[in-house]
Amino acid sequence: MHSERASLGLRIAAIGGLLFLHLPILLIFVYAFTTEQRGYTFPPPGLTTQWFAVAWNREDIWPPFWLSLKVASIATVIAIILGTLVAAAMARTRFFGREQISLLIILPIALPGIITGMSLRSAFAIMDVPFSLWTIILGHATFCIVIVYNNAVARFRRLSGGILEASADLGANSFQTFRYVLLPNLGSALLAGGMLAFALSFDEVIVTTFTAGSGVDAKTLPIWMLDELIRPRQLPVTNVVAIVVFAATFVPILLAYYLTRGGSETAGGGK
Amino acid sequence: MTAPAILPERGLADRLTALFWRKPNLLLILLIAPPLIWLGVIYLGSLAALLLQSFYSIDEFSGVVKEEFTLKTYAELLRPSNFDIILRTLVMSLAVTLACAVIAFPIAYYAARFARGRWKAVFYLGILLPLWSSYLVKVYAWKMILSKEGIISWAADATHTGFILNGVLALPVIGGNSLSTSYLGTFMVFVYVWLPYMILPMQAALERVPTTMLEASADLGATRAQTFRTVILPLALPGIIAGSIFTFSLTMGDYIIPRIIGTSARSIGMAVSEFQGTAGNLPLAAAFAVVPIVIMLIYLALAKRAGAFDAL
Repeated sequence: MHSERASLGLRIAAIGGLLFLHLPILLIFVYAFTTEQRGYTFPPPGLTTQWFAVAWNREDIWPPFWLSLKVASIATVIAIILGTLVAAAMARTRFFGREQISLLIILPIALPGIITGMSLRSAFAIMDVPFSLWTIILGHATFCIVIVYNNAVARFRRLSGGILEASADLGANSFQTFRYVLLPNLGSALLAGGMLAFALSFDEVIVTTFTAGSGVDAKTLPIWMLDELIRPRQLPVTNVVAIVVFAATFVPILLAYYLTRGGSETAGGGK
Repeated sequence: MTAPAILPERGLADRLTALFWRKPNLLLILLIAPPLIWLGVIYLGSLAALLLQSFYSIDEFSGVVKEEFTLKTYAELLRPSNFDIILRTLVMSLAVTLACAVIAFPIAYYAARFARGRWKAVFYLGILLPLWSSYLVKVYAWKMILSKEGIISWAADATHTGFILNGVLALPVIGGNSLSTSYLGTFMVFVYVWLPYMILPMQAALERVPTTMLEASADLGATRAQTFRTVILPLALPGIIAGSIFTFSLTMGDYIIPRIIGTSARSIGMAVSEFQGTAGNLPLAAAFAVVPIVIMLIYLALAKRAGAFDAL
């Protein structure tokens, strides 16, 4: 019988690895309270909460925040629709060119972001497309499709074909089957995929630097942060923004986890 | 009974359903057309634009792009200074991928096999949250950690192990003035930032390893090490390869981490960014961008043969 308890070495390596992933993020919280504006002396020379108020009143933070939110939301919606469509087509049927399509879907994320960005930029230049909100979204949606696709196709594969046939036998048409059978079964997978896509888009900086114009109104939150990293002004303010982003992503992922937990537990436990 | 066995059609939706039933390929085409048009036209079209650009050249005197087919720009890639950039980036990507695989394995294995209930949740969120949090913030956090007056120096002083840190920094090539200006620093940040991308597909692959196989292996007299080598590792390999696609490709194309942390030596990503930006040499930037494309296409072809896409 295979031992059901992990060896001590494995446990230390696993928990150590997890700590390695989290301790640096913790430091962002610590430095948000430091009194030092231009350095990272550890331990911080003094503690203050003034940076939260300073960040709130900084007018250059809000427009990038709203822009990022808008871009990520629209890109996610596009990615959910296109990703689900392609997953539905790929999951059940074998057809000519299927392999090539699966490669095409993976390509935008398998190739470095700089290539996606550089390609889009040269295409925009050739076709004289002016930079706008939509050029940013175009780039983001392209690499978000694969994220939704991965989640959706896995769920499609696990779904028994019998329930679709049963639905048809009971007199439902394709649209009713989609609405009452397919969608409830796909829901949590799409939610999970959509959230990952949103996160990817919200954090994206490499593609965005190529597909956003140079104007102030084309600055997403990551580009704002990059500017702060290269030309620092008030370091703790950047930390405050980082905490806000962290909190804004923490809540949805926690919610999604509790929403999908039941499904994944039963699916895994049944094996 | 005289009722018909076939229900009457009740409108457009039913008629379409019947049509889809008779012609399943029509449904397939309708499903796949929008995403295919998006990816095919926008993405492949852009890649074609990039490729086209790489076969142009720049006039050395006027700095204007000459729109004629030439291989001159690709020849420039082989110049020692440019070729070094490519080699350096490849070595870094390889090192980062290997380190990620080694660090990720115990986390993924523990999460897949042993974590139950509350711990399962801790691991799930513990891997996803760093993945979610902003890329730039993570880079920024490491700038703080690695800086001369930062937490590592402080910890080394506090534990009187400063000599180890200095010894490591004194090493040729990977060392440097401080961690934040050395290859070692760049390497650490890459490993940290891409680690979750390796853990997730690895964990997915490991979760599909049936416990019965491990029991069978033990029943047949295999030691833990033998089971690991001959059962777990081969079954996890697609997951590892899937993860390595991310770590390798992301490292190769990144230009922000090496710009903010490390020596000022350029990577492929930085070269692309600089040649298309300040230098204004679009053809050379495009040629540089083609290098990772070729490498990743070879990589993907190999990964596909190993069945890695099922684990993505």
